[in-house]
Amino acid sequence: MSGPLISLRDVNKYYGEYHALRGITAEIGAGEFFSLLGPSGCGKTTLLRAIAGFEDISGGTITLSGKDMKGVPPNKRPTNMVFQSYAIFPHLSVEQNVGFGLRKSGMSPSEKTKAIGAALEMVGLGQYGKRAAHALSGGQRQRVALARALILKPKVLLLDEPLSALDRKMREDMQVELMKLQREVGITFILVTHDQEEALVMSDRIAVMFEGEIAQLADPEVLYRKPATKRVADFIGVMNFLPARAGDGLEVAGLGRVDMEGVYCPQGDVSGACSVGLRPETLSLLYDGETARARETEGVIDEVVYYGDMTYYDVRLEGLEEPVRLSMRNMVGRDVMTVGQTARVAWDPRAMVVFPG
Amino acid sequence: MAQGLSRDARLGLITVSPALVFAVLLLAVPLFTIVLFSFWTQNFLEIDRTFTLANYAEALTDPLYRALMMRSLRIAASVTAVTVVLAFPIAYYISFHVRPEKKALWLFLITIPFWTSYLIRIFLWRVILAYDGPVNGTLVELGIIDEPLSFILYNANSVIITLAHAFAPFAILPIFVSLEKIDRSFLEAAKDLGEGTAMTFLRVTLPLAMPGVLAAVLIVFIPTVGDYVTPRLVGGSGGTMIANMIYVQIFDLSNRPMGATLAVVAMATVTITLAWAILHVRFWVYLSDRVGGGLPGLALVGVAAAIDIGVLWWLWHYGPALFGSAGSLGIMAAIMGGGAILIALLLPKGRWGI
Repeated sequence: MSGPLISLRDVNKYYGEYHALRGITAEIGAGEFFSLLGPSGCGKTTLLRAIAGFEDISGGTITLSGKDMKGVPPNKRPTNMVFQSYAIFPHLSVEQNVGFGLRKSGMSPSEKTKAIGAALEMVGLGQYGKRAAHALSGGQRQRVALARALILKPKVLLLDEPLSALDRKMREDMQVELMKLQREVGITFILVTHDQEEALVMSDRIAVMFEGEIAQLADPEVLYRKPATKRVADFIGVMNFLPARAGDGLEVAGLGRVDMEGVYCPQGDVSGACSVGLRPETLSLLYDGETARARETEGVIDEVVYYGDMTYYDVRLEGLEEPVRLSMRNMVGRDVMTVGQTARVAWDPRAMVVFPG
Repeated sequence: MAQGLSRDARLGLITVSPALVFAVLLLAVPLFTIVLFSFWTQNFLEIDRTFTLANYAEALTDPLYRALMMRSLRIAASVTAVTVVLAFPIAYYISFHVRPEKKALWLFLITIPFWTSYLIRIFLWRVILAYDGPVNGTLVELGIIDEPLSFILYNANSVIITLAHAFAPFAILPIFVSLEKIDRSFLEAAKDLGEGTAMTFLRVTLPLAMPGVLAAVLIVFIPTVGDYVTPRLVGGSGGTMIANMIYVQIFDLSNRPMGATLAVVAMATVTITLAWAILHVRFWVYLSDRVGGGLPGLALVGVAAAIDIGVLWWLWHYGPALFGSAGSLGIMAAIMGGGAILIALLLPKGRWGI
C-alpha cells in the first residue's frame, strides 16, 4: 500500500467566530485502530463528523485513499459510522436495520439474507434478526449498529463514543470485543472517546485533542510514559506533579536533588521553575527489610484507598503541600498500611517527566 | 374491599367528574336521543314511537341520500388529501429548516387565521372565488383566461378549497409534532448508509412521521364529512353534503326521526370508512414490504388500492341495479368484513404500530 488511508492536512473548522478545529494534521493507516481522545468540546466529534462528511471543513484537506473528500456527501464516502445514540431505525426489524444499506448493493434477496445473517453472527446476534428494534437492550443496539455499518465493508469505520451508554462491565467486555472484531475484519477504526482508559486499552495510536488541536499523537505506551505536555500527562491516567527548580541539576520539592542526566524533558531543556511528573506506580512503599533500587525518602500516610488487587496511598512528604499518590500491588505477606503511619517511599529519577512552568 | 378506594382513586374521580358530567349530559344523552329517534317515525304532526328499521332502509337505499352520503365522503376525502399533502411540506419546513428559536413564532403565525371567525373566513372565500372576484379578475387581467371561471364557486370544488384552508393548521400541527420527534441521527444514519435525500425521506422520515399523518387524516376527515356551514355558504347545489340534508329533514321537513337516522348512518359510515382505510393502508404497506419496497412496491400498492377501492365503488354504483339495494349493501358488507378478517389474520403481529 502506498501512502496512508486517511490523511488530514491543516484541517480547520469555524462555527461563526468559534474556531472548533485548529489546523489538524494527521495520517491514519489502513487497518489501524485510531482514537481521538479529549475532554468534551475539544473538537474530536467534529473531526470525526468531518471525516464522515457530516460537517464541511472551513480549510485544509481530508483525503481518503488518495481522493480529496471535499464536497463528497456522506452517502458517497467509503466510511460508515456507529452513532453515539446508535440510531437504530425504530420502525424496522433488526434484519431490516442491518440490511438498510444494501439497497444499491446489487445483491439478490437471498444473498442479502445471507449477508445479514453473517453480519449478525459476527456481532453475536445470530438469533435476533426478526426482533423489533425497540425490543433490544443498549448493548444489543450497539451490536446492531456495528453489524449495519460493517456489512457495507467500509474502508473506515467511525465510532462516536460507542461505549459511553453502557454500564461498566458491559463496556469492558465490548472493548475487548471491538478489538477482536477490528483485527478480524481488518478495517480501519476511528474511535472518538473521552475515556482515556478506553483509548489506552483499544488503540494502536491515539490523538489527544484539546481546544481543537492535537496535543499529542502517539501509541498508548508512549502517551502514558512520555506525555508531551503537562496537560496531556494530567489527562492520561494519574500523575503527581511536584514543583521543582532546574539549574545546575534539578531540585525537586519533597524528594531532593537529582541529576538532569536521565530525566525526560519532552519540551526541551528546562531552567528555573518547573514541575516534575511522576506516575503512582513508579513510587512504592518500602516494607521492613526492603531497600530502594534508586532513591528513597520518608513520609506520613494521609489516605488509603483499597481496591482489592491494588491499594492507593496518599503520602505526605516533607516540603510538599499536596500529598503524592502511589499505588501498590497487594501481595501475600504484605499488609496494607494505615493512615498516620510513617513510611519509606522509594522513587526513581528515571521515571521523571519534567515540564516547564 | 368496598371502601377500598384509595386516596389517589378518590382524588382521580373528583378530578374527572366535572368533565364526566359534562360529557354525559352534553354528549352521551343527546347521542342516545338521536339513536332513539332514528328508530321512530314521523307521522305527520306527531312521532310514532314504535320501533322500526324503516328509516334505515330508506336512508340506505334512497338514491338521493346515497348520493349525498357518497359526495360527503368524496369531498371529505379530497379535503383530507389536499390538506395533508399541502400541510406536510409546511410542517417539514418548520421542523427541519426553521431555526429552533423561531419555531414557536412560525406555529403562532399559522394559527393567525383562527383569529377571524370561521363564518367570516368562509364569506371571504366567497368573495375571493366569486365570478367577479380577485382570482378571476387577476386571471382575466393576466390574459390566462378569456372569461371568468365558473367552476370555482358554488360547487364541490369551492367546498374543498374552503375546508382545506380552514383545516390546514389541524393537519400541520400533528405532522409537525411527529417530525419533531424524529431523532436527527436517524437521518444522518440513513445518509451514512448510502441513501440520498429523497430515499432518506421515503425510507426513514416518512415512515416515522406516519403517526402524525394518520392523526392529521383523522382530525381533518371526521369533522369535514359532517360539515354543514361551508357547503351551505359556498357549496351551491353541487356542493350540498349529508349534514345539509340532516338540517333539511329536521328543520324544514320536520322529520326529526329521518334526520336522526341520517346522522347515525353518517357516523357509522365515517367509522367504517376510516377503519377500512387504516386496515387496507397497512395491508398495502405490508404487500409493498413483501416485494422489498421501492418501485415494485409502489406499483403493487397502486394495483392493490385500485382493486380494493374499485370493487367497492363498482358495487356502490352498479350493485343496486344488479342485486337490489339491500343485496348490494349485503355484498359490500360481506366483502369488507371478510377482507378485514383476512387482513387481520395475514398481517404479522407487532406490525400494528404504523
